[in-house]
Amino acid sequence: MTGNPIVTPTRSPAFEARLKKRYAAERRFKALGLGAVGFSLLVLVFLLGTMIWNGLGGFQRTVFDVPVSFEGMGLTVMQTDNEGAAIRALQSQGLPEIVSFAAEKTLGEAGAAQINSEAWREVASAIIADPSVVQRGGTFALPTTDRFSTAYLGEGQAALQPLARELEAQGHVRRAFDFGFLSRADATDAQLVGIWGALVGSFYTMIVTLLLAFPIGVLAALYLEEYAPRNRWTDIIEVSINNLAAVPSIIFGLLGLAVFLTLFPTLRSAPVIGGMTLALMTMPVIVISGRNAIKAVPPSIRDGALAVGASPVQVVFHHVLPLALPGILTGTIIGMARALGETAPLLLIGMRAFVSTPPTGFTDNATVLPMQIYLWSDQVTRGFVERTSAAIIVLLVFLLLMNGLAIYLRNRFEKKW
Amino acid sequence: MVTTETLSADTPHAQELGEPKMRATDVSVFYGDKKAIDNVSIDIRTEHVTAFIGPSGCGKSTFLRTLNRMNDTIGSARVEGVIELDGEDIYHSGMDVVQLRARVGMVFQKPNPFPKSIYENIAYGPRIHGLAEGKTEMDAIVERSLRRAGLWEEVKDRLEDSGTALSGGQQQRLCIARAIAVDPEVILMDEPCSALDPIATAKIEELIDELRGRYAIVIVTHSMQQAARVSQRTAFFHLGNLVEYGHTSDIFTNPREKRTQDYITGRYG
Repeated sequence: MTGNPIVTPTRSPAFEARLKKRYAAERRFKALGLGAVGFSLLVLVFLLGTMIWNGLGGFQRTVFDVPVSFEGMGLTVMQTDNEGAAIRALQSQGLPEIVSFAAEKTLGEAGAAQINSEAWREVASAIIADPSVVQRGGTFALPTTDRFSTAYLGEGQAALQPLARELEAQGHVRRAFDFGFLSRADATDAQLVGIWGALVGSFYTMIVTLLLAFPIGVLAALYLEEYAPRNRWTDIIEVSINNLAAVPSIIFGLLGLAVFLTLFPTLRSAPVIGGMTLALMTMPVIVISGRNAIKAVPPSIRDGALAVGASPVQVVFHHVLPLALPGILTGTIIGMARALGETAPLLLIGMRAFVSTPPTGFTDNATVLPMQIYLWSDQVTRGFVERTSAAIIVLLVFLLLMNGLAIYLRNRFEKKW
Repeated sequence: MVTTETLSADTPHAQELGEPKMRATDVSVFYGDKKAIDNVSIDIRTEHVTAFIGPSGCGKSTFLRTLNRMNDTIGSARVEGVIELDGEDIYHSGMDVVQLRARVGMVFQKPNPFPKSIYENIAYGPRIHGLAEGKTEMDAIVERSLRRAGLWEEVKDRLEDSGTALSGGQQQRLCIARAIAVDPEVILMDEPCSALDPIATAKIEELIDELRGRYAIVIVTHSMQQAARVSQRTAFFHLGNLVEYGHTSDIFTNPREKRTQDYITGRYG
């Protein structure tokens, strides 16, 4: 037998051929998987890349550097906590004219015409923040008109471009980071808009959503998982909740329109109604993730607690809920992140209004971040394109923060058995 | 089928002893339509450790769980017959199940400490029943329970550590200490050593022996050696029937039933 290879079913050439095939199949699978991951990464990088590339410009605006002197103008600064009243007082003392005059001196008549009509407010704010400016005077970065800004960036009206190039050559015009973008509300002029109003609106709306959806969702999940008998009714409820989670969000908007706005017609476009509508949408997500988290608590913990004489309510609140809470919180945050990015249902309940002052309560007119993005993307002026991208970056940052928090909570508080 | 008279445990000694701690009379347990326990009658006494033995699926665990109504958590389970604790029917509507479980404690097959500190594991039962007033009293209960469970020396310096960080055997003794902490009258143990190594098993068996007399102990076990070592009374279950119940020495040396003999000699099971 020496030299003659032993042939058994697992040492035959046919077996080896099959073995090769099996390895080839594995390699193919790996390559396909890698390709899929690579493709998704590429799409993600492209998306984020364009967003950031376009959006970074949105955090800047075009400004003229204009020295302004207030000598002999007799400006007095009103001593008041009401900033609006102080600004109005400066306006009635002729501050806008002082600013245009200074601009004409520096930029010439054609250049001064391109100062934004609201630019004097920047000067007013600076004076109110530090009244000694009235004595010293100073150089102010004044926003340009929307048309000029567009021309300066090399687009839009050809007529303004020579002026823009000329002023640029003289060093009077530049792009500056616009801190006001994070503290102002919506406006009709792309140079003057801000995201703060929408952020506050989103904040109030999310508070209402959380306060409604979290307790109701958690209690429903606890009841269904720990108390409800298993019968046809609970089956129907379970199927309904699962279906509810899959209902397109615009349907919830119609429900909010039909029910909430019929009940409270004066609250159109208020965060409280928006929050209630989004709570309807978020609750099933919380119920489903909550039930899964509760299901994952081992039954032996319940047995242990029951066996020392805990009542069913004590078992739930002393043992099951604390152990399930990280999972419930993760689900809640992901549900809330979805609600934060939701536009369609809010369109229907009137949260697409133009709101130029940040809301101060749950019943004020408000808009939310994604709605602000939608509204700006609808604008025809060139300046709004960049502003839209900047708003998207703000929204994405918040979504990333929320999802990051969810992951952190899950890893930090997850118990191991 | 053997009559209840012959199964009643203490035939020769019944006169020497007082009333039994628990008495089951003609108990049947159903899961839906399936009969898991068929007409079992048995006495459980504080003076003894009572072992339930029998092949898998014979109903011994089911029967054990009827003694503190843990079967209530299974929707389809139904109990017929009478189970008395000190002469009170525990399935009577007047019996509070929370109080019953405080009086009849249970230790499970797999150690199941709460994922909390060792201290909290013990203190939980006394706290919900309001057995301790103030921290000093609670500390005393925790120490006493851990001492009785033979765990005090091993954990006294790390009472704030998680109960789940202990070894398997320590976890099981922690669970016994948790059961003792509410001062029960009966302790039910459902295969308490099946997940433990021989050394941890020996410790638990020692502990069971020490706890005898203070508590009525019922232990379900798959190990016949264990039943022989720790118990004074043994009940042999087969296919939902109580086949034989008597002194452990009699069951193991001189069983009256052929099925018992076959089982303990390893013919089946």
